[in-house]
Amino acid sequence: MAAVPIEDRGLLARLWGNQETRSVIVQIATMAIVFALLALVLRNVAINLEAIGKEFSFDFLTAPAAYDITFSPFIDYTSRDTHFTAAAVGILNTLLVAVCGIAAASVLGVTMGILRLSRNWLVNRIVYVFLEFTRNVPVLLHILLVHGIVVTTLPPPRRAIDLGGTAFVSNRGFFAPSPVFEEGSGIVAAVFVIAVVAALAFRRWAKRVQVETGKIYSVFWICTAIIGGATAVAFLALGAPLSWDLPALKGFNFQGGLALRPEFLALWLALSYYTACFIAEIVRAGILAVSHGQTEAAYALGLRPNRNLQLVVLPQALRIIVPPLVSQYLNLTKNSSLAIAIGYMDIVATIGGISLMQTGKEMETMLIVLGVYLVFSLLISAFMNWFNRSIRYKER
Amino acid sequence: MATASDTAGPRSGAPAVNTSETIISIEGMHKWFGQFHVLKDINLDVKRGERIVICGPSGSGKSTLIRCINRLEEHQQGSIVVEGTELTGNLKNIEIIRSEVGMVFQSFNLFPHLTVLENCTLALVWVRKMPRAKAQEIAMGYLERVRIPEQAEKYPGQLSGGQQQRVAIARSLCMNPRIMLFDEPTSALDPEMIKEVLDVMVELAESGMTMLVVTHEMGFATAVAHRVIFMDAGEIIEQNEPSEFFNHPRHERTKLFLSQILSH
Repeated sequence: MAAVPIEDRGLLARLWGNQETRSVIVQIATMAIVFALLALVLRNVAINLEAIGKEFSFDFLTAPAAYDITFSPFIDYTSRDTHFTAAAVGILNTLLVAVCGIAAASVLGVTMGILRLSRNWLVNRIVYVFLEFTRNVPVLLHILLVHGIVVTTLPPPRRAIDLGGTAFVSNRGFFAPSPVFEEGSGIVAAVFVIAVVAALAFRRWAKRVQVETGKIYSVFWICTAIIGGATAVAFLALGAPLSWDLPALKGFNFQGGLALRPEFLALWLALSYYTACFIAEIVRAGILAVSHGQTEAAYALGLRPNRNLQLVVLPQALRIIVPPLVSQYLNLTKNSSLAIAIGYMDIVATIGGISLMQTGKEMETMLIVLGVYLVFSLLISAFMNWFNRSIRYKER
Repeated sequence: MATASDTAGPRSGAPAVNTSETIISIEGMHKWFGQFHVLKDINLDVKRGERIVICGPSGSGKSTLIRCINRLEEHQQGSIVVEGTELTGNLKNIEIIRSEVGMVFQSFNLFPHLTVLENCTLALVWVRKMPRAKAQEIAMGYLERVRIPEQAEKYPGQLSGGQQQRVAIARSLCMNPRIMLFDEPTSALDPEMIKEVLDVMVELAESGMTMLVVTHEMGFATAVAHRVIFMDAGEIIEQNEPSEFFNHPRHERTKLFLSQILSH
């Protein structure tokens, strides 16, 4: 049976038989299905909201929130403030624990990753056991564990562990002296900024000198000396314009100083060491993935181990490490929503929790929470894509 | 197989070494990888300007031997003296020797994140502490010698295997080494690229460089080497000048090896 020549078939059959037009047809069909589903969901929402007599609006944001938030380090929040302010407090608290967590997890993770490569058997094994134990237990349990340790095993404020009379550890949190800036500290800050600029200028100059004459300065140490030295001299010359506000026990708790509440402490520590374990494995994998031949070639050329690391291994390892590292940062940020388990007032606990309960605006509050996490995630992924493009190897 | 001898032309065998000065002296050297005795009682003197080809079955320790000479591997017994400096745990000595000895690897080991030119200038800038312009001038000189100056701004991933290996040779030569070690430089290459690399190596030999080459390119050995060393199971079994070595092997294991690599 001979096949029917393509010219003799119907129009649709001919379009379907062509690679390009077929792909257009498939795309149109897909879009139609997606929009139909979306319309169905929205219609459903509209009908149901109407049936229970709710209207879709964000007006509630300007109404007083009428609830307390125990932890608001940036905004002076009271229960008379609006739901909008409560949401802002929650967003800032989420950001605070995310930023602190990312910083601590990076430092701890890189350290553990390098220790995991150590030839010292004992160090290597200790880190290995810790990593495997931590990575394989859900992060929620870690948060509850650390919170439990802080709240139940640490002494009450009156019997707080005294760290040299200036800092105290108790089951109400960690209390440290907070700096009080006096007159003249602005000048010290200005000197510090100028010193940083000077150090950057020195770095550029040193780079140019190396290009022109080959002389190599130990840039890191000289920059540290410039910044540290200038700031210290200005600080002392102006009569040390800085004092400390010491926490002191008044009544049942400490007053003054810098207070880290147990919820924040527990969430921050648990998220940090949990994520650090994943970062450690990423760092280890990244360094191991740079072929040993690269190091051998560098040694054979006479480069020393530290230069090999700086010029050959790290630039290559970073390309491998950064994308999964960024996705760990993203995970940490999203995992911070588990804060609700221990009463840390993040975005989910404020606008997505109490505000929701009080106003009954499920759709609106959840959309806000969703939007906030989406914006964080998209920003991080945009950065990751940009970074990936900028460091990609050039190949044929 | 015949590629190198084509280039080397009618010269039968290499000219005699014109000096008797010893540049590398290895005495009673042993090396173990864990329990495995990989090098057994190696004794080898290399004269300045001498060109040695080391061959032998895989796992015979030939790569390990030349890797000991610039301390990419550590020997456990005996002594290795390069240009009067003994290789010990002394980091200063290792640095001195590595700056005298260049090495070319089977898998090229170019730095993929740097351009060809940057690959060549890296050590000049960071080890020899040279101004960039001068380093680039030297590097371009050697890239011309290996006939790929036009690829200077490309990245290693954009080059063919043969081109990459020639860049690796240029990169080593930039440091102006007295001795060049080659660890199976053509084993990872397609046949048509082997010739371009061997041509460069033959030219290098003609310039009087001291060379230790681990290779199975017997044409190259015949045309260029002063001495061929056969290793098996971690020992130097036999060494001789190329024509004697190939035509009248004395040892049974040498005969077996030669029959295997020359049979097809």
